[in-house]
Amino acid sequence: MFVRGLKRKCFDGEEDIEGTLAGIKAIPSYNLQRQSLLDMSLVKLQLCHMLVEPNLCRSVLIANTVRQIQEEMTQDGTWQMINTQSTGQASLDRLVSTDILCRSSKDQAEGKHVPAYGTFNKDFESDQAQDSSETMSTASSVQAPRNLQSNVWEMESPQENKGNFQKSLDQIFETLENKSPNSVEDLFSEVDNSYYDLDTMLTGMMSNTKMGHCDSLETFSSPTNTASNSNCKSDLNDLDHIVEILVES
Amino acid sequence: ADIISTVEFNYTGDLLATGDKGGRVVIFQREQETKSRPLSRGEYNVYSTFQSHEPEFDYLKSLEIEEKINKIRWLPQQNAAHFLLSTNDKTIKLWKISERDKRAEGYNLKDEDGRLREHFRVTELRVPTLKPMDLMVEASPRRTFANAHTYHINSISVNSDYATYLSADDLRINLWHLEVTNRSFNIVDIKPANMEELTEVITAAEFHPHHCNVFVYSSSKGTIRLCDMRSSALCDQHSKFFEEPEDPSSRSFFSEIISSISDVKFSHNGRYMMTRDYLSVKVWDLNMENRPVETYQVHEYLRSKLCSLYENDCIFDKFECCWNGSDSTIMTGSYNNFFRTFDRNTRRDTTLEASRESSKPRAVLKPRKVCTTGKRKKDEITVDSLDFNKKILHTAWHPMENIIAVAATNNLYLFQEKVN
Repeated sequence: MFVRGLKRKCFDGEEDIEGTLAGIKAIPSYNLQRQSLLDMSLVKLQLCHMLVEPNLCRSVLIANTVRQIQEEMTQDGTWQMINTQSTGQASLDRLVSTDILCRSSKDQAEGKHVPAYGTFNKDFESDQAQDSSETMSTASSVQAPRNLQSNVWEMESPQENKGNFQKSLDQIFETLENKSPNSVEDLFSEVDNSYYDLDTMLTGMMSNTKMGHCDSLETFSSPTNTASNSNCKSDLNDLDHIVEILVES
Repeated sequence: ADIISTVEFNYTGDLLATGDKGGRVVIFQREQETKSRPLSRGEYNVYSTFQSHEPEFDYLKSLEIEEKINKIRWLPQQNAAHFLLSTNDKTIKLWKISERDKRAEGYNLKDEDGRLREHFRVTELRVPTLKPMDLMVEASPRRTFANAHTYHINSISVNSDYATYLSADDLRINLWHLEVTNRSFNIVDIKPANMEELTEVITAAEFHPHHCNVFVYSSSKGTIRLCDMRSSALCDQHSKFFEEPEDPSSRSFFSEIISSISDVKFSHNGRYMMTRDYLSVKVWDLNMENRPVETYQVHEYLRSKLCSLYENDCIFDKFECCWNGSDSTIMTGSYNNFFRTFDRNTRRDTTLEASRESSKPRAVLKPRKVCTTGKRKKDEITVDSLDFNKKILHTAWHPMENIIAVAATNNLYLFQEKVN
């Protein structure tokens, strides 16, 4: 069920942690636990059964959880916020398709007060004061949603999904990004290519969407996904629009 | 046998309907007490079986529509036939179940086997007579209410006017007239203009048992809205809003998920309603919106296991709840084939198990206990040894007597209060 390389950590009381690659028995720190929960949630959002429409209630609850985690991580500075300008330059498509995690970033950009979650769950037992240096590169630890069913709420055809795939990836990874993408080199220097292939593809996708001048980057990423996506995107955007109208009526 | 997905007694309790994942409906009927079999009173036997829904394919979205029966609701009986509504994710059907125990014999124009008689053979006219035959129970679809729901139907509820009913999906609630299939009225719509802004869905809805203008619907954020259809045609504005303030000390990333209400049921007397969320059952007084009047913990020992339950998706299980006929006791299911009853007057709760090993016919059920502390007593079960695949999501209580129906995956258990 879980992608290779994704460490499963569950932090229930004194339960043994199963499935870790390292096999170390230790109570994970709060940040690690939170990150693990975020990873798990994103995986859950992707693993929608393509045959039958996904359970909307479940998707909404998971997405709300992801948003909560992201807001909290933003609060304690684990993530830097997206530059307003970068989203401002985004195409109309991306502005309209507000991403599922983007709530607080919008709020922050507009200067709204985001409620802080002061109390932590007892589950997250951690005596170690977690230092921010422990902040892992979010890019490397999150699996790229290959089959992300976009707009998890919209009941769209799988074909349509390919077009929205690009959009949704933007959404997810804009918020997961932890530095402003000033240069491509900076991005790639952070990536540990030895982790697994998805990483490279992942960062390739990010720069693809953020920079706008994506051609050169396609060679870095796994050709199967990014190439096909950038090809599909423009073609299917129109189709999206039409099908969306049909579905809504 | 398929996984049972809904259980419902009719208004008299003589009939019990179950729907399953394969789209079938099985109706059980209570045996009448007879002198020759005095102990058979209370036994339910199969009365009728029929295929209510078939799997469908939505060509526009390239998605399958499951045939699983989400809910069954009986209509009050008005003549010799019985009527029920059954629904899958998209389509509601009205079924008529009727008995045939007589057969006409002695037709003039056709033989006993149905073949037309030659005209020259008909020498005299006779009046056909009714002869008894073996009881045959026929189920026939009378109405199909389709194409009104974009999202998955989670509830149907028959109105006390016995002429209309509501159907609720994740984002909308529609009002139907039982006689009209080509039109329904949308009475609640919480779909945001931009779907990415969606953070809350409808999880259950029910009409008030006496006031035909009042209904409630619950949400994934743990709130209940009571609406009055007299106030406006579109009831997006609620008349009452029920929400319990969150306890800040127990807040976690799972708080919202476990607050999501999986079932809402009015009491028979219409003064209270009950809601089921992941860990508890709450009884609300309809006149008090700011908090429930009673809260019962179903399986509080799971609170420290929420992460595992999130990982294996169990945290999204939708448990139902039900009242007994006098509203003095409430019942709901749990894991490991356990189900719980709470006596509202004595505040006593019982945990029972629905399994073959522990339920020999006519044997008294032994109360079970889950061990929450370190030391496990004899006969107790530790939390870690609970089987989370054995979940009791659907239960029903006879409207007048203490007979309960418990669906444990693909088995149906019927328990009765022991009378000496």
